[in-house]
Amino acid sequence: MSEIVSGFFQAINLIVTLNPEVMQIAALSLFISLAATILAAIISIPLGGLIHFHEFRGKRVIIVLIQTLYSVPTVVVGLVLYLLLSRSGPLGIFGLLFTPEGMVLGQTVLIIPIMTGLVIAALGGIDRNISDTLISLGATGFQTIVQIIREARLAILSAVVLGFGRAISEVGVAMMIGGNIRDATRVLTTAIALQTGIGDFPFSIALGIILLLIALVIVILMNLITSGLSVEAQQALGGPRT
Amino acid sequence: MIRIQNVSRRSGDKTILESISLEIQRGEIFTFIGPSGSGKTTILRLIDLLDMPTNGTIIFEDIDTAASNEAVRLSLRRRMAMVFQKPAVLNTTVAGNVAFGLKFRSVERSETDSRVHEALDIVGLLHLADRKAVTLSGGEMQRVAIARALVTRPEVLLLDEPTANLDPVNTDLIEKLILAIHRKFHTTIILSTHDMIQGQRLADRMGVIINGRIAQVGSIHDIFYRPNDKDIARFVGIDTILKGIVESNDGGHARISVSNNILEVITPCKPGTKVELFIRPEEVNLAVKDGELPKTSVRNQIAGKIIKMVPFGPFVRTTIDIGSNLTALVTRRSADELSLSVGTHVIAGIKATAIHVIPDSG
Repeated sequence: MSEIVSGFFQAINLIVTLNPEVMQIAALSLFISLAATILAAIISIPLGGLIHFHEFRGKRVIIVLIQTLYSVPTVVVGLVLYLLLSRSGPLGIFGLLFTPEGMVLGQTVLIIPIMTGLVIAALGGIDRNISDTLISLGATGFQTIVQIIREARLAILSAVVLGFGRAISEVGVAMMIGGNIRDATRVLTTAIALQTGIGDFPFSIALGIILLLIALVIVILMNLITSGLSVEAQQALGGPRT
Repeated sequence: MIRIQNVSRRSGDKTILESISLEIQRGEIFTFIGPSGSGKTTILRLIDLLDMPTNGTIIFEDIDTAASNEAVRLSLRRRMAMVFQKPAVLNTTVAGNVAFGLKFRSVERSETDSRVHEALDIVGLLHLADRKAVTLSGGEMQRVAIARALVTRPEVLLLDEPTANLDPVNTDLIEKLILAIHRKFHTTIILSTHDMIQGQRLADRMGVIINGRIAQVGSIHDIFYRPNDKDIARFVGIDTILKGIVESNDGGHARISVSNNILEVITPCKPGTKVELFIRPEEVNLAVKDGELPKTSVRNQIAGKIIKMVPFGPFVRTTIDIGSNLTALVTRRSADELSLSVGTHVIAGIKATAIHVIPDSG
């Protein structure tokens, strides 16, 4: 018990004194996950729009598949990417394994399904009357799509924030693709796993607190965003957040 | 201006519209009237080029819309504007909502501002220009939707059940607005309603749609007093449909026997023809039997007994047994003065010209 209490106070100390190693790990985590989130958003928003606005055979199947991938284990994504990126793998020549760039790639792949799925749900939450209204007001096909995406902007933004949440909190890809190399690819989650393993509890607790703070910021952001959403859109995102 | 040619629309194996043909003139107010689910919305959507007909085409000023590409359809669509039954507003200000049609047409900012101002002024919502549109009431949203349509200065304004979800005060407001728009801009207005009285208030001509088919097109007077068949008659409020046989016909003045009574009517039907007689309830006058008969030119005076009285606003819908059932609409006041009640023997008076006769369709 005293170990937990003293560990906690040492952790607070590490944070308030802005311990360089703690800060460096936190900064790298934020950088990698933000980069992955931006990349994933650039891909997911048009992709979600493409799926939503087109009728084609197997559309339902694709959506179910995307939803299944929401909960794909991060270690499975890590494994697949490891096989692709390792020296002998088909993408080995790029030398991305055990680099921050590789981790960005891995997290991007990891969160594209959840982001795309939520974008589709967000667009689906826009009343069909809206698109009829836009078309009858003389919008071209392109103008209609742009306007509907704008109309769904808050729900889409919260899809992006949720994607970021999944990226920053995952361990599998960061560990397997990053390798937890000190000063190079060590991020919050992998560092916690390692430092706990070697008994450095204050360090782990400090990183854990930072991770929780980031989660808190995400939740606050989500609430700010979704409080501006219609009830229907909130339900599309999995129930009203009250 | 708009010629609908043999248009059908099917969804899956369900037929929504079947072989619709009619023409709408520039500058008129044309109303599609019919029960809910009869296909009114579908026909308006086809006219606005939102959907394609399964068969047939719509000719917009000599342009065959079904054979046109999307660019032509877009340019035609931009000459029209549609207001939907449940208006959808976009999540922005009232003024922002009204501006959309102009934004899509790349109209200049200053021009947009002045036209939005003008449109909001017409619908009386200028004071709400900066409000969030989603916070408006149903009636206000409907007015925003009308302003949003008006701002593009459409040649054709389509209104789908514009007052179906509104209270009487807002209904009155929207109807006045529609007439004011028509007076001011001479816009061709095509609207749909299930409310025949509204159709009567607004329309120059009406098309009755029943079960996806045009049952009758004509003036309000034609449809109210000379319906083509029983279904239309019932829909426009004709309660009494009697069957009879023409006994004699003297140059259009016919005598028809209807369950032991002889009615005088105006019809070209020849003697021996089986016919149906349509009588509007407000055309039937009642007098108490043995009382003083009103001295009128009313040709048909038929004795009967009241079997049912149902209050209907300021009127009483009174059913009289004359061998078959005849319905009369009497004011509450005269019902009281004549002390009418179930069982009272009365004389029903009907003018010969108030009876519409068609050959019996079986």
